[in-house]
Amino acid sequence: MNMYIQPEYEVIRNSDKCIACRVCERQCANLVHSFDSETGKMKADDSKCVNCHRCVCLCPTHALKIVKSDDTYKINANWDNQTINEVYKQANTGGVLLSSMGNPKPYPVYWDRMLVNASQVTNPPIDPLREPMETQLYLGKRAAKIERDEQGKLKNTLAPQLKLKVPVLFSAMSYGSISYNAHESLARAAEELGTYYNTGEGGLHKDFYKYGKNTIVQVASGRFGVFKDYLESAAAIEIKMGQGAKPGIGGHLPGAKISADVSETRMIPQGVDAISPAPHHDIYSIEDLRQLVYSLKEATEYKKPVIVKIAAVHNAAAIASGIARSGADIIAIDGYRGGTGAAPTRIRDNVGIPIELALAQIDQRLRDEGIRDEVSILVGGSIRSSADVIKAIALGADACYIGTAALLALGCHLCRSCHEGKCNWGIATQRPDLVKRLNPDIGYKRLVNLVTAWNHEIQEMMGGMGINSIEALRGNRLMLRGIGLTDTELNLLGIKYAGESM
Amino acid sequence: MKIDASGMHFAELNERVRACEEKDIYIANCVGQRYIGTGLADKEIAVGGTPGNALGAYLNGARIRVYGNVQEATGDTMNGGQIVVGGSAGDATGYAMRGGKIFIRGDAGYRCGIHMKAYKENKPAIVIGGRTGSFLGEYQAGGTIVVLGNHTDGKPIIGNFCGTGMHGGEIYLRCGQIPTKLPAQVRAEKIERLPEDAAELVREWCREFGQEEGAFVNASYFRLTPNSDNPYRQMYTVN
Ligand code: SF4
Ligand code: SF4
Repeated sequence: MNMYIQPEYEVIRNSDKCIACRVCERQCANLVHSFDSETGKMKADDSKCVNCHRCVCLCPTHALKIVKSDDTYKINANWDNQTINEVYKQANTGGVLLSSMGNPKPYPVYWDRMLVNASQVTNPPIDPLREPMETQLYLGKRAAKIERDEQGKLKNTLAPQLKLKVPVLFSAMSYGSISYNAHESLARAAEELGTYYNTGEGGLHKDFYKYGKNTIVQVASGRFGVFKDYLESAAAIEIKMGQGAKPGIGGHLPGAKISADVSETRMIPQGVDAISPAPHHDIYSIEDLRQLVYSLKEATEYKKPVIVKIAAVHNAAAIASGIARSGADIIAIDGYRGGTGAAPTRIRDNVGIPIELALAQIDQRLRDEGIRDEVSILVGGSIRSSADVIKAIALGADACYIGTAALLALGCHLCRSCHEGKCNWGIATQRPDLVKRLNPDIGYKRLVNLVTAWNHEIQEMMGGMGINSIEALRGNRLMLRGIGLTDTELNLLGIKYAGESM
Repeated sequence: MKIDASGMHFAELNERVRACEEKDIYIANCVGQRYIGTGLADKEIAVGGTPGNALGAYLNGARIRVYGNVQEATGDTMNGGQIVVGGSAGDATGYAMRGGKIFIRGDAGYRCGIHMKAYKENKPAIVIGGRTGSFLGEYQAGGTIVVLGNHTDGKPIIGNFCGTGMHGGEIYLRCGQIPTKLPAQVRAEKIERLPEDAAELVREWCREFGQEEGAFVNASYFRLTPNSDNPYRQMYTVN
């Protein structure tokens, strides 16, 4: 059966502008462009194009654009083109559909349905250019007992804390799923910004131990690269129980991505698949989780905060309550729009809940139970701007993880084909010729720029609200109003409707 | 140095073990204290009584000997060193082990050796004298597991779902008949002679527990290995 699937995008070349320099040909790892020596002109194979815009950006004469194909099956609101094509693909191969990056479906984005308050007249705004505006914060347990020694001096009973100069951290992305240069950029940016990046579950490359004080190391079900030095090198340890892009399933890094270097970092043989089982097979309860939390604390002599990361799912609030009682210092919640290097399409697009609702419910539940100070809350899963950060903190988060936004700063164009390992921007690939396209000297500066700009915006919005410390914004839901939301949504978010006064 | 663990909280016990300057430590009257020896590199610890869960987690070269039984998660994510158990071990023994050796004289519980992995000279091994429960070697990615079947209760040498998701390493079972209910990813073959590295592990076990080598080394085994290095490769379609 000839089931040709029309490409989704077309490469349009302006022949008046094209000088046949063949830059596009050299830049495209998907082999879209080629030179036709007979006509002396460039050709394009649309079917290979993933729309990563690498050629568009690098074409010296701006001769290229990529457009959505207007070829369509008979218009059908129920069976749209993509749905039909997915059926064809699966009928052809019998395979599970595999995608990457975050859920692209048009679900409601609650960040865009919340508005932030500002002071007028009675409670004047604060000018961030003139007055100190504190965005520094600490993550960890606050619930310290007041104890005094024999001389009556206060004993330090405070659990270990992570100090952040900005309320933004880089979320977990493993070496393997992203490149060495991407990791280096993240590590150096975290150091300069006074924040943290996260190794993900792929271990820590030996070159990056020197960024340890700005590193969060992850311990996932596959325990790749986990050993004493790895745990000791870090500022904090994150136990990954789940990920927003694929709640309830594990990870699978294909053998093709296990280069010599990745194999050394993960401590598995080259070319063999790296499989993380769906559950930690030694954790079937909160008590088991507590055991892992404490074994990590014992291994690091109680000097490092332990983070437990879960995907935002229906029962997230109850689970978070368990985690807060497990001895963990920080809970990280990852919403269903969070990115990934590879996830089954159906899971990415249909499993989990929005981070906004999960966060509001978890913060409320922990407050109701009087254990909010037992843990800090980190959220991620599509934090796209400083406004999202402000809203997340007002809803109850302590700080935010950013992943996709950080990759965008490094050049990612959200083509959602990371799982193919041929990222033309040198991010989601291990091919040396592609990796070297990302220059960490430039990459880290772009990350620093992004977060610094966001931090300025955060300070301005805080000043506008008459708040001069980020900690005073945390859980301050009176600063938020909903727009276009139902009563149920307002209730879940714990906010009033726009126009309602205090 | 001797530490009397009776009535002691695990945090205090482990702190004393870490702080101890002597290499040799004997923990007496152990009553379920967890995380003993976690991450240690250069100690020789002997334990009288019964240690609690996660004995020798992240163990980094130290040697631990327990005269009786151990509980769950012994040698969790162990990196190097040795744990010798004179009795039986609980569930999830050697989870995600990446180096070192665990010798158990008696039986081991469920989920033993899950996600063991190997890299270059780091090749972890677990030798179990008796039998073991279900899910042995699930997701095994490297290393060696040997089950000697030296138990007398007549139960099968392994439980169900042995080697589910296995994609590296090998499991040796000293038994006459191929175990039933092996998953599709696992290939089983009968061997009349152990390869030398496995034979040496068995000899070490015999020496540890004073057993006659002959019956264990010169026996026929079933050897389980993964069918393919990439068990999931065919499962996906790029979307
Ligand atoms: S990069 Fe631009 S100018 Fe050069 S060959 Fe390609 S389309 Fe033509
Ligand atoms: S990281 Fe690379 S492959 Fe992945 S979406 Fe971005 S540009 Fe595409």
